[in-house]
Amino acid sequence: MRLAGFYAFAAAVALLPALFPDNYFVVVIGASAGLNVILAVGLNLLMGYAGQISLGHAAFFGVGAYASAILTTRFGWPSLLALAAGLLAAGLLAWGFARPILRLRGHYLAMATLGFGVIAHVVMVQATHWTGGPDGLAGIPPLNVLGWRVEGDLQWYGVIMAAMLLAVWLSLNLVDSQVGRALRAVHGSEFAAQMMGVDTARAKTQAFVVSALFAAFAGSLFAHQQAFVSPDSFNLAVSVELVTMVVLGGLASTFGAVCGAIALTLLQQGLVVFEDYEMLVHGALLMAVMIFMPQGLFVGLTQAVRRLGSALVGSKPPAAA
Amino acid sequence: MPEQLFQFLVTGITIGSLYALVGLGFALIYNASDVVNFAQGEFVMLGAMTAIALLNAGLPLLVAAVIATLLTVGVGLLLERFAIEPAAGASVVTTIIITIGAAIFLRGVALLLWGKDFHSLKPFSGDAPIQIGGATVLPQSLWVLGVTVVLVALVRAFFNRTLLGKALLACAFNRTAAQAVGINVKVMLRLAYGLSAGLGALAGILIAPITFSSYEAGVMLGLKGFSAAIVGGIGNPMGAVAGGVLLGVLEALGAGLVSSGYKDAIAFLFVLMVLFFEPTGLFGHKASERV
Amino acid sequence: MTALPPRASSLPLLAVTGLEQSFGGVMALAGVSFQVAEGLIYAVIGPNGAGKTTLFNALCGFYQPSAGSIRFADRELLGLPPYRIAARGVARTFQNLQLFFNMTVIENVMVGCHLRAKTHLFAAALRLPGIRRQEHQLRAWAMEALELCELADRAGQPASALPYGLMKRVEIARALAAKPRLLLLDEPAAGLNDTETLALRDLIARIRDSGVTVLLVEHHMPLVMGVSDRLLVLDYGSVLAEGTPADIQNDARVVAAYLGGAVSYAV
Repeated sequence: MRLAGFYAFAAAVALLPALFPDNYFVVVIGASAGLNVILAVGLNLLMGYAGQISLGHAAFFGVGAYASAILTTRFGWPSLLALAAGLLAAGLLAWGFARPILRLRGHYLAMATLGFGVIAHVVMVQATHWTGGPDGLAGIPPLNVLGWRVEGDLQWYGVIMAAMLLAVWLSLNLVDSQVGRALRAVHGSEFAAQMMGVDTARAKTQAFVVSALFAAFAGSLFAHQQAFVSPDSFNLAVSVELVTMVVLGGLASTFGAVCGAIALTLLQQGLVVFEDYEMLVHGALLMAVMIFMPQGLFVGLTQAVRRLGSALVGSKPPAAA
Repeated sequence: MPEQLFQFLVTGITIGSLYALVGLGFALIYNASDVVNFAQGEFVMLGAMTAIALLNAGLPLLVAAVIATLLTVGVGLLLERFAIEPAAGASVVTTIIITIGAAIFLRGVALLLWGKDFHSLKPFSGDAPIQIGGATVLPQSLWVLGVTVVLVALVRAFFNRTLLGKALLACAFNRTAAQAVGINVKVMLRLAYGLSAGLGALAGILIAPITFSSYEAGVMLGLKGFSAAIVGGIGNPMGAVAGGVLLGVLEALGAGLVSSGYKDAIAFLFVLMVLFFEPTGLFGHKASERV
Repeated sequence: MTALPPRASSLPLLAVTGLEQSFGGVMALAGVSFQVAEGLIYAVIGPNGAGKTTLFNALCGFYQPSAGSIRFADRELLGLPPYRIAARGVARTFQNLQLFFNMTVIENVMVGCHLRAKTHLFAAALRLPGIRRQEHQLRAWAMEALELCELADRAGQPASALPYGLMKRVEIARALAAKPRLLLLDEPAAGLNDTETLALRDLIARIRDSGVTVLLVEHHMPLVMGVSDRLLVLDYGSVLAEGTPADIQNDARVVAAYLGGAVSYAV
């Protein structure tokens, strides 16, 4: 069954608040993890499958958030229309930026995406007239879905989880289609992909745009959920956190990104009490995972389990991909 | 207006010298290992913060500076030994993430040691401004310029004149061949990390009297140093120096003539333009293609 | 796109004229001209550095030759990017393996079907019914190619788990899945043992018999002489001789070049 993992995940997400009613931890941290999952799954399409690094992805998260914030507070747009505008803006920005930037490789691409992220952040801080500057924008109205105003932690949990499941489902579909195979081909061998008729520039651009759309989507929801946005939520550190989530779970695995996002969210919550140690642990974790388990925790562990399973059954273990 | 321009130029060259030293560190490590070390800015921060702490503990400036530099070199060697060496042969993305992890880790250590406060260092020779042709120059700027020129000249001489320096260049050019003629590549790798950590620390100590230092001070400096290396042609040490100065001047002009809030955006916009139109850098790149 | 039957036309499928390619002043191809008739196995041989792989890369659009023309089915290929050349009906394998090691065998071959697939991003993300049908179709096409290359039992394995000889065959299957009119094989026998080379010989003949024209670069002389319909001999970027295997074996210049020069074949 192609989507068995997805249905199990969806069931778990739906059951959690029922198992732990009125639990602040489940609904609030859960919603926060859900947003991170959308971001990580989107970035994984670009990093894990297409093999292109982005160290500026928080910028697209910010574009979605600020589009919703500005359009609803200053212009009184309905929230869904503002969300759509945010998606459009992020998509166009990514599309325009993708062509020149995705010709670059490795360190050059890292630098270019990083520079893009820094510039976007500077604009959020400096364009005070629009963004409210460093103080941010407050008073963002609740999300209004066809007359239903989303209010309260439990409702937000529901909305964000639905959005997250949609993102995971879209990602799973995409990866397991010819579009997804073309993307993975670009990562595997750009030469061969071209020779199979894959327009590699177009494939990379698509991955970049789609991952920007995921990020902007999460950004819009984030703005409404928090009712407040400020540049701090979209700086370089956030971009690095997103990369951490993807590699922590394991590149090129949608559920790897899901696990990475959930794990990092929980870790951050767990370290809230030891706030000063958060950086130390975050840094050590990044290094340790990349050195000892570069395929990521989720992917590494599932491979180990599979190997163990086949060893117990007595059949030949599949070689690691 | 001309005086003002001159003033921007002086400011730009001072800050640009700093970018030059950080960029030089990037280039050294990139040459030796193909790794872009995102923890380069943290060397600068560690140098400055350690020197400030030692000075506050009562040590004289020179002794504090030497100990701080040596300690940072030690950190650079540890980084190479325990984070870079175990991941030899890993992909570019993997090594980028490892060094980003190292940077965050070092920032975390600094946060625990020195808190979130800003610290500053007393200028080496007073803070009475000197008037040079209508521009006001702080004595510390002259220190920055002077020491940078000496350091760059030393690095240059090291590569051109000494056997060790030539061996390091050989490694950068072709590691297998270097190994074949008996160069210990591992030692060279450590040399590069130690050297660029030392350069970073010295840069940090030099600039600490001008800009305040904190556990986060290395982030933007590291990025600017990386930008300098890219503008100069990654892997080209003297290109990185030129790139750093160019970036500093551009930033100071941007801050003075356009908007100080946008100076970082201007610097990175310039880097993006370089990447789009001249991705091998403005000052040529080293012979071996590494992209 | 399906394979066109061989046409009884006098027009060659591929006509290369005066192709020049230089690297930093060194002429890798110094005005190469030849023609390949449809339905043949046409081999390109020559010592290492003669320009064989350069020729392939120029044909596929990876290099931009400085002069000459490459007409394929009477249309110019020169100046097109590789993916557009592929769309005209040219497929190839690589001397150094370029498999997608991050995928299974059948997924590799399904990428080969790319030109026959519709790739609408949003339809794929939403998995609309058309995409579902297409997945079945692509899988079936890929299986056909795998069966032709006797790889059907390996379909679900990770490409990285195969022995070297089979990896090379997956590359051929992947190229065939594109239903090309012209298939370029770059040293398909390199690294194969004798049994595998014999099987390869049968496979190449089968490919030709299915209507695909084959352009072959190969060092393995018994294979080349046994399977090719015509040969082109390159030396220092120029054409030394052209003809049937018998012509070439009796060509004094070729014999001189090979026996006199410090040339060795990996046989």
